[in-house]
Amino acid sequence: MGAPKKSSARVSEDHDELVRVPLQAILIADSFTTKFRPITLERPKVLLPLVNAPMINYTLTWLESAGVEEVFVFCCAHSKQVINYLEKSEWFNQPNFTVTTIESQNSVSAGDALRVIYERNVIHGDFVLVSGDTVSNMSLTQALLEHKERKKKDSNAVMTMVIKRSKTNPAIHQSRLGTDEIFMAIDPDTKQLLYYEDKADYSKGTLHLENSLLADNPSLSLHHDKQDCYIDICSPEVLSLFTDNFDYQHLRRHFVKGLLVDDIMGYKIFVHEICSDYAARIDNFRSYDTVSKDIIHRWTYPLVPDVMNFGNTTTKLERQGIYRASEISQSQSAVVGPFSVIGFGTKIGNNTKILNSVVGEGCKIGSNVHIEGCYIWDNVTIEDGCKLRYGIVCDGVTMKSGSALEPGVVLSFKVVVGKEFVVPTYSQVSLLQQPIEEDSDEELEYADSTSAITSTLDKSDGESDSELSDTHFNPASELGFGGVGYIWPKCEGGHEEEWRHSVAPITEDKILEAVKALEDELELILDGNTLPPSGELKPNSIDSDEDDNDDLRDDFDKEVEETFLRAVHENIQENHLTLEVNSLKLSYNKIAADCAGALFYAMMKYAVDMPHSSAERLTQNVQAVLTKWKKVLTSYLNDMDEQIEVILKFEEMCLESAKEYAPLFTQILHYMYNEDIIEEDAILSWEDEKKEADESDKVFVKQAQTFIQWLKEAPEEDDDKED
Amino acid sequence: MPDVHILVNEFVNQLKKRKIEGSQATAKQTAELLRSVISQQRVPQTNQATALINAVRAVGEKLIAANPVELAVGNIARRVLHIIREEDLSLATAAIADLELSAVSDDEDDVERDDYPVLSAAAVAAAARSTLRPPSLQTLLEDAPISAAIPHTSSSGGDSEGKSRSVDKGSRGRKLKHDVIEAVNELIQDISTCYEQIAEQAVEHIHQNEVILTLGSSKTVLEFLCAAKEKKRSFKVFVAEGAPRYQGHLLAKELAARGLQTTVITDSAVFAMISRVNMVIVGAHAVMANGGVIAPVGLNMVALAAQRHAVPFVVLAGSHKLCPLYPHNPEVLLNELRSPSELLDFGEFSDCMDSASGGGSLHVVNPTFDYVPPKLVSLFITDTGGHNPSYMYRLIADYYSADDLVVKRRPVTGS
Repeated sequence: MGAPKKSSARVSEDHDELVRVPLQAILIADSFTTKFRPITLERPKVLLPLVNAPMINYTLTWLESAGVEEVFVFCCAHSKQVINYLEKSEWFNQPNFTVTTIESQNSVSAGDALRVIYERNVIHGDFVLVSGDTVSNMSLTQALLEHKERKKKDSNAVMTMVIKRSKTNPAIHQSRLGTDEIFMAIDPDTKQLLYYEDKADYSKGTLHLENSLLADNPSLSLHHDKQDCYIDICSPEVLSLFTDNFDYQHLRRHFVKGLLVDDIMGYKIFVHEICSDYAARIDNFRSYDTVSKDIIHRWTYPLVPDVMNFGNTTTKLERQGIYRASEISQSQSAVVGPFSVIGFGTKIGNNTKILNSVVGEGCKIGSNVHIEGCYIWDNVTIEDGCKLRYGIVCDGVTMKSGSALEPGVVLSFKVVVGKEFVVPTYSQVSLLQQPIEEDSDEELEYADSTSAITSTLDKSDGESDSELSDTHFNPASELGFGGVGYIWPKCEGGHEEEWRHSVAPITEDKILEAVKALEDELELILDGNTLPPSGELKPNSIDSDEDDNDDLRDDFDKEVEETFLRAVHENIQENHLTLEVNSLKLSYNKIAADCAGALFYAMMKYAVDMPHSSAERLTQNVQAVLTKWKKVLTSYLNDMDEQIEVILKFEEMCLESAKEYAPLFTQILHYMYNEDIIEEDAILSWEDEKKEADESDKVFVKQAQTFIQWLKEAPEEDDDKED
Repeated sequence: MPDVHILVNEFVNQLKKRKIEGSQATAKQTAELLRSVISQQRVPQTNQATALINAVRAVGEKLIAANPVELAVGNIARRVLHIIREEDLSLATAAIADLELSAVSDDEDDVERDDYPVLSAAAVAAAARSTLRPPSLQTLLEDAPISAAIPHTSSSGGDSEGKSRSVDKGSRGRKLKHDVIEAVNELIQDISTCYEQIAEQAVEHIHQNEVILTLGSSKTVLEFLCAAKEKKRSFKVFVAEGAPRYQGHLLAKELAARGLQTTVITDSAVFAMISRVNMVIVGAHAVMANGGVIAPVGLNMVALAAQRHAVPFVVLAGSHKLCPLYPHNPEVLLNELRSPSELLDFGEFSDCMDSASGGGSLHVVNPTFDYVPPKLVSLFITDTGGHNPSYMYRLIADYYSADDLVVKRRPVTGS
């Protein structure tokens, strides 16, 4: 870290020559998300302690050492608390580093924040855009240089994003930080960002790249092992872009994607990859856990507790990665395991075990307590015999004797857990009741509905504690005898995947589940796209040119589906639809069976997507659709093989994508038979084929057994008649 | 003195963020900072020395807390404290001599002992020195010229003692400060010239056609080897690369550029090569009072290899690296654990790091320093010459006062 100082000074000199402005940074001290609730109802996220120091300290320290001279801290939720904190800290009187706060009560997104800053007209040159929860030790020198060089050559290069290589977990498609896997397409030569997708839809298992992207760029590399550090080096144009496009809210989802899609203005985004430096953003509890561990393991050096004494207390690093502040009283029989942090003035009783945990200042921990993987903040009282595993315990919490936390629990400020009470896994406990939000869901990124609550809280922060506990005392039996606080009811669905974002380690069965889901997906893709492993299931689809057209086939199915839906919605005539499907068939080099399969799939999909309350209603839907579009379908069903293809497709649907059909299989099959869409020979030979298949594949054959039986008996009569 | 405050804070910040590297640069900057602290410190009429000492202590304590691992900071703070004591002492002895002289002249004027006073003043001064300061070889050797100088000044003061005494008192404060600043300037000078002074001795140690082994990079070693080269010695150098920072590569490049025949080897090849080596010459981070060395990581291994093959293990250290503390104190034997990213690529190993999403837990330890016990060191070469490890404590006694060893726990909490 010796070199950056000199070189960054050099950079700022160059910079001064060009524009005569100091290097500025915008720090957004609000994440505009609700991922840290219930804690963030009472304290802004940037002031939450990360290894016993408020997060914003890490960001500001890094900015300062990276050579930034002027920082604008944008505060929104709990802005008073942030400003008060900064005033008390030493950040306002640093010699070559000015910190200015910008307050806004009605911003609901990063986009709003940037628009407010633009109106203030304080940014004069290139600036660094970060949020107040970024932990990094990277040197900005190289990235800034690159950015300026590019800017000189091409005035449209408005932004440089910092990325870092980090593998995602293959089973759950998640990075260590608990965020979704990000797909990026980058031009390997110019490092231009061409495509960015952070919410890829895994259920489909597909990724859409524009044709033009491939046409315009001779080479592009697609990455999914990159982590977005949320550190951006921006030109001043970025601010005006936000003002021009007043609907930009989210930095990535709207702004980055917006710029990438928009080819009229031609703005370009580039990436800068860091290798040995560390950078990460704390987005959720899982990344809180991961980044804390990275700090303890010193990846963020020199931003580690024993080097950066953010408070006045000094912390010492002992053997095996144990960080100990001064004035700790620890019983002889207490054990502090490796990679733990114990804060100033904490007392630890007899036979207590603390493993892999962070304990804040002034905590009182009784005897026979077992703490593993927990983040315990300041002034927490834990009485004898408690058991805490993988939880976050905020300031002032009291755990009465014998109580326990199951993994993934979050206890917000001043909660009291009653005697011998076991807080169930993944529960979130707060003195405040869960705010009722009108129509918010996981996607919500605007904390506006809470601004009322938070502002009252700001005022009543200190003095009204007693009131709070008075009013909430009675219903608090939720937390056992003598407990105070509410266990928040779980949201519908949104928290179904809470394990992804909690500090608790992901349990084996979750991983297994995820792996299984992934395998199922793969199977689906395999079934749909390539040769079935057993080969004899779809004799017709074994076509020589099929093999090298695997991915085209997938596209084909989609095209057909879209064409069909368009036909439905725009009331296109049947023969026109046939014409279109025919042209698709030619352009994708397909055979009639493929068309039949794809069309049938599209119809059934459409039918199941229509609102239906019961199975009968669904059947009616199917019948209506099939009757209406029978002609189109039958035009591809001249051959028995094609009909078999349809049955197979239907079977597949029942198994995978539209399970609602499973109980109706025979019924619909019968209907199709009646409607002459499928002939009996086809059904019989389908059954014949299935004879050799696995038991699991025979589910529907069995279901249709009576129908088939009836068919088998009926034909003789038919034949007789015809003969 | 608000501007000193700013200077101190800035320096503390830089130390905290580990932005200053290398003990020489740190030592020099510390000395310069303390010099400005002294020059800005207002001294009262009485107890000027105490005021200065307290001021320096306060700053020194802050600096040490900012980066306890960089022992040079503490060394320089202690050196400056020692300088203040010394200067105060020499002024005090001069004053005592004065008083003695006047007393003698007052009382025994009639007894006609006109030739004695000079002698007795010298004797008193010497006695005062020896009681106030632990005796050291240097002072014993240098005692004669100093005591000879004192009577000279005292005798000149003795002539007009009656009216000059009050004037003397006022000017003494300024004089003390002036003297201290002069001495600190000398110290800064010493620090910046220590390379040359060490390098001057190179020819005595490096002989024709020898093979020298070193590890990592040290400016002192570079200058030392180059000085020998300039004196037309031809020898070979093996440079162990010094993982994980690989500063040995830089040293090798530099040496090759200066025309020395250089070979780079891996750290792990040191034992294999040591039998061909005539002498190991390395730099140090700090030299402890017992003669042990805190050195870049890997050197203990080199020292053990050298001992196994009876190869001399020579440590070069400027006098600012001499630390008056003993390494058995855990507070002193600090090690800096740097970022694991110097060892591993974060991206490559991120999936087996200790994170919640299953997987094993991979821990990386990246210490910066090794402790080489004194029995493994054959010779220290400092700017004052070559010394045995067992002699280090004597050398240290010359540079530091026993009262200053603990800078932190101040007896007087003042200023």
